[in-house]
Amino acid sequence: MARIHVTTTINGEPMEFLCEPQQSLLDALRNNLGLTGTKEGCGTGDCGACSITFDGRLTCSCLVLAVEAEGHEIGTIEGMAQGETLHPLQRKFLEMAALQCGICTPGVLIAARALLEKNPDPTETEVRFGLAGNLCRCTGYDKIVRAVMETAAEMRETAS
Amino acid sequence: MNRFDYLRPASIAEAIAAAAQPGSAYLASGTNLLDLMKGDVVRPARLVDLGGLPGLDRIELLPDGGARIGARVRNADLAYHPEFSRRFPAVAEALLSGASAQLRNAATVGGNLLQRTRCAYFYDPASACNKRAPGAGCDARGGENRLHAVLGWSERCIATHPSDFCVPLAALGAVVEIEGQAGRREVPLEEFHLLPGETPERESVLAPGELVVALRLPAEAARFAAHARYVKLRERTSYAFAVVSAAAGLRIEQGVIAEARLALGGVAAKPWRARAAEAALAGARPDAASFRRAAEAALAEATPSGDNEFKIELARRIAARALALAAIGTPERLPALPASPFAPVPGAPLHG
Ligand SMILES: Cc1cc2nc3c(=O)[nH]c(=O)nc-3n(C[C@H](O)[C@H](O)[C@H](O)COP(=O)(O)OP(=O)(O)OC[C@H]3O[C@@H](n4cnc5c(N)ncnc54)[C@H](O)[C@@H]3O)c2cc1C
Ligand code: SF4
Ligand code: FES
Ligand code: FES
Repeated sequence: MARIHVTTTINGEPMEFLCEPQQSLLDALRNNLGLTGTKEGCGTGDCGACSITFDGRLTCSCLVLAVEAEGHEIGTIEGMAQGETLHPLQRKFLEMAALQCGICTPGVLIAARALLEKNPDPTETEVRFGLAGNLCRCTGYDKIVRAVMETAAEMRETAS
Repeated sequence: MNRFDYLRPASIAEAIAAAAQPGSAYLASGTNLLDLMKGDVVRPARLVDLGGLPGLDRIELLPDGGARIGARVRNADLAYHPEFSRRFPAVAEALLSGASAQLRNAATVGGNLLQRTRCAYFYDPASACNKRAPGAGCDARGGENRLHAVLGWSERCIATHPSDFCVPLAALGAVVEIEGQAGRREVPLEEFHLLPGETPERESVLAPGELVVALRLPAEAARFAAHARYVKLRERTSYAFAVVSAAAGLRIEQGVIAEARLALGGVAAKPWRARAAEAALAGARPDAASFRRAAEAALAEATPSGDNEFKIELARRIAARALALAAIGTPERLPALPASPFAPVPGAPLHG
């Protein structure tokens, strides 16, 4: 089968690319579009490093075909900051050193943003349950969970 | 991953015609299918994407108290639907106990029903597996089989069906709506999955090209809403498949069980409805002794298929636990850790 032409929206910008039918969306983002912020940990849905939003829904991009992006809206870590202004989660992760090697971080941030959009005032158990699909081999999760809780508190204050 | 043709039909008739061709597979969200293709476990020549089909993503709450759920409804959307989870709380709890937020957002109702076993030898193309390559043998028989079946297994295959969602569906008498080249038909979920017997490669009643279009929960299933729970024992607290699980529903009238429902997960190649246990509970008092008797009836025919005798007693305890939690009553809000076996049972010893 010939390469397939895909028209999609990525981080609010219209985009087009050519891909093979068997390419994952993760692969196309990284290798066809140069958006390397989204990482591959496992390729099998287990680790969450490849987390993106697909029409606003948190999803693993390693288990989506690139051709399925046709006509849909994709959000990646590259769209999280507004220009030079970091998202409150990004700022808090830096401030509280909620990362070490950083491989899991883009996925954790995308997943944490999705969590806070649904539940702006989560308990610690809810944060841990909500981020269970994001594996981190470095931090032991504690700093991640605390950074998400603190960001939530800060965002609630700014909103009120 | 092998090369394949990718089709995105716009009508159900077109999809069925394409999928009836040998070598075709339906692609719902791909969280199981693409994973298996990446591992070269399955190599379809043609993927028929359900993403363009109309009418498969509706949750209809029927006026009689039942529900009809389209095959492409996402697991998360169903679980978080307030009225659906009020009518069928054990189904919502089971859905939320599965996988991760990312996967529940993607996974569909149809894909969840038709997900394949997690048997490690099935996943490894270098191993012998009758399910993957009929007649090749079964490396699980002499291998790592702690988590394999204790009910309904055969010499050919001892794998389990991994779905959480299907367990309360079996307990509640859900019905699968199927469309194929020969027209529409309906099959009770309890009869939808097949036991391995001599043909473990046949896992459901679906004929080539047949499409699951919807799932129905009958009105009487909502009568268990006040006393319905799902309990799932995992090797870690969250984000793992069940070692064993149980869905329980009770109708309690004047302090006596008027009707009971019980199904087990992780024990067989299909969600296992425990009708003998249900019969033992009818008319009984909702107490620990009745639940233990019912749990024993549920596992009466269980036999280890390998190094997994422990699962039989574990399944009894999880069944009794699910019944005890159901008797206490469905919590007002789904617990933050759904289906956790660590939830305390008031007044009961921890290992009752
Ligand atoms: C890391 C990980 C953890 C998981 N943990 C759990 C867990 O704890 N509990 C649990 O229950 N599940 C778990 N799952 C499995 C998950 O629930 C399934 O992968 C998912 O439900 C499959 O849905 P899908 O829409 O992605 O199906 P797909 O992968 O697209 O399809 C699966 C199969 O169903 C067929 N199919 C799909 N839709 C239809 C239809 N309408 N008609 C006919 N055939 C159809 C496909 O051809 C394919 O064979 C986990 C998965 C992963 C990757
Ligand atoms: S138990 Fe079934 S799935 Fe596992 S290796 Fe044996 S035949 Fe294959
Ligand atoms: S790379 Fe997608 S979940 Fe690990
Ligand atoms: S910071 Fe290294 S994996 Fe999370």
